[in-house]
Amino acid sequence: MTVNRVMGIETEYGIAVPGRPNINSMLASSQVVNAYANSALAGRQDRARWDYDEEQPLRDARGYDMSRAEADPSLLTDEDLGMANLILTNGARLYVDHAHPEYSSPEVTNPLDAMLWDKAGERIMADATRLAAQAPGGQPLQLYKNNTDNKGASYGCHENYLMDRQTPFADIVTGMTPFFISRQIITGSGRVGIGQDGHESGFQLTQRADFFEVEVGLETTIKRPIINTRDEPHADPELYRRLHVIVGDANLSQTSTYLKMGITSLALSVLEAGQLDPSLMPRHPVAELHSVSRDVDLAHRITLRDGRRLTALEMQWEFHEAATKHVAKQLGSATDWQTQDVLDRWADVLDRLKRDPMSLASELDWVAKRALLDGYRKRDSIDWDAPRLHLVDLQYSDIRPDKGLANRLEAHGRLQTLVSEEQIKAAVLEPPTDTRAWFRGKCIQQFGESVAAASWDSVIFDVPGRNALQRVPTLDPLRGTQQNIGDLMARVNSAAALVDELKGG
Amino acid sequence: MPTHERPQPSKSKQSDTDTEDVAPEPQSQESGSKDALDADVDAILDEIDDVLEENAEEFVRGFVQKGGQ
Repeated sequence: MTVNRVMGIETEYGIAVPGRPNINSMLASSQVVNAYANSALAGRQDRARWDYDEEQPLRDARGYDMSRAEADPSLLTDEDLGMANLILTNGARLYVDHAHPEYSSPEVTNPLDAMLWDKAGERIMADATRLAAQAPGGQPLQLYKNNTDNKGASYGCHENYLMDRQTPFADIVTGMTPFFISRQIITGSGRVGIGQDGHESGFQLTQRADFFEVEVGLETTIKRPIINTRDEPHADPELYRRLHVIVGDANLSQTSTYLKMGITSLALSVLEAGQLDPSLMPRHPVAELHSVSRDVDLAHRITLRDGRRLTALEMQWEFHEAATKHVAKQLGSATDWQTQDVLDRWADVLDRLKRDPMSLASELDWVAKRALLDGYRKRDSIDWDAPRLHLVDLQYSDIRPDKGLANRLEAHGRLQTLVSEEQIKAAVLEPPTDTRAWFRGKCIQQFGESVAAASWDSVIFDVPGRNALQRVPTLDPLRGTQQNIGDLMARVNSAAALVDELKGG
Repeated sequence: MPTHERPQPSKSKQSDTDTEDVAPEPQSQESGSKDALDADVDAILDEIDDVLEENAEEFVRGFVQKGGQ
């Protein structure tokens, strides 16, 4: 019972060329990925393809598979459409998903690392965009780490948490639905505009809430569900499931991302122990998701199935208390620093959200954005439908260091950081040491020219002089670490030698 | 499980180029602090005015995305 578990973040970025709303975004996204692939930053590799052998996007956690015929084509993520794809030296995947460039972080074991390698993804995308603009035929592309264009389209930032297969899926639904609804007051990135197309003027806490229409389901691009049932663990399915969380916002603030991953991991640990209170389930989850996002005064009362009415703050305190009790019981004085830090910050944030939400302007995205917007509203006497406020909302997520407003706030010490820029730069190139991502990243670094394909579950080598491709399975996310095979990777000087040692050993 | 030591998260340092290092205590509701807060906000708005895209209305209208996941 700690904040540690295997986790990761996948982010689709908004892509635009100013003044050209009709660009081919699939092509533009490919240019971004290809520009990075052709640079020295990608290491020396012959563009390993993605290995789709283990992908099962239609496997439903409720115990059945959706048929390919009835699936929306966008769900068939296991088909190789020849779209740009790159496996990075830090173990991440950089590719084109639908009409957006996407960065899927390497697997990490804790919230701080999840934030660090997600932040590395922002730097990678910024570099890739700059390189794409300089390439022959390149366009002045800009990328945004947000989730909507305010015209009806949304794109996701998904969290992934490896969890115990024994936890019944129905318990995940009743236990985590109230958690995801109430955590919006902490994890929201803020949005100017209400409704999927933003037609109603006003401010709400999250980018994503208005795009969610059902409680549970397999879909991710239409009829989006609060609890997504994709059952594709990328690990031993007898032992694990992967909770694929699609209901969150893309965050810029390091504190927001760190807390989002930390408190969710803790809530899942309480759930796995059978200690999460099922009575917090709201009577109308989808409507409450929307209501909490629009409740900027944090006063809305969520009606539970049993008739009780709790604010999102009160609900979050319930989760905090359950986690605190559970950690104390399981670990006591042996609690690790990061678990304690997440619990402490969680309590502090809830306490200040109650007393003075604006005091969190240097920590949480929605508050930081709101402070800027309120400043403009007051100074320029403008209201929520003013284009300038929509621009502030959009440009907050511009990932360029010199133009993005979150980045400007950070540069001026007005948005707190938890890691240094040197750590982020290292994470751009180096994999986390304590998961299989270390093996994947080191294979690309050392033997990139011999890697024919890779995925979360495998690395496939094309070894000179051998007819068959050599597939190394990596089904256990906690093997292939620096500790496991650091000596081996330092010893071998060719892909052939590596494959021989792995097969022989 | 992480196998390496990790530094505690720490607050970012104030930028040395920033002359308006007011950073008021957030809890304080006194009027003097409120004025300082307003001055602080004005300073950051001035900085952001310099980087905001030209022609907000056209820029925002032109930001059109295809749906994703």
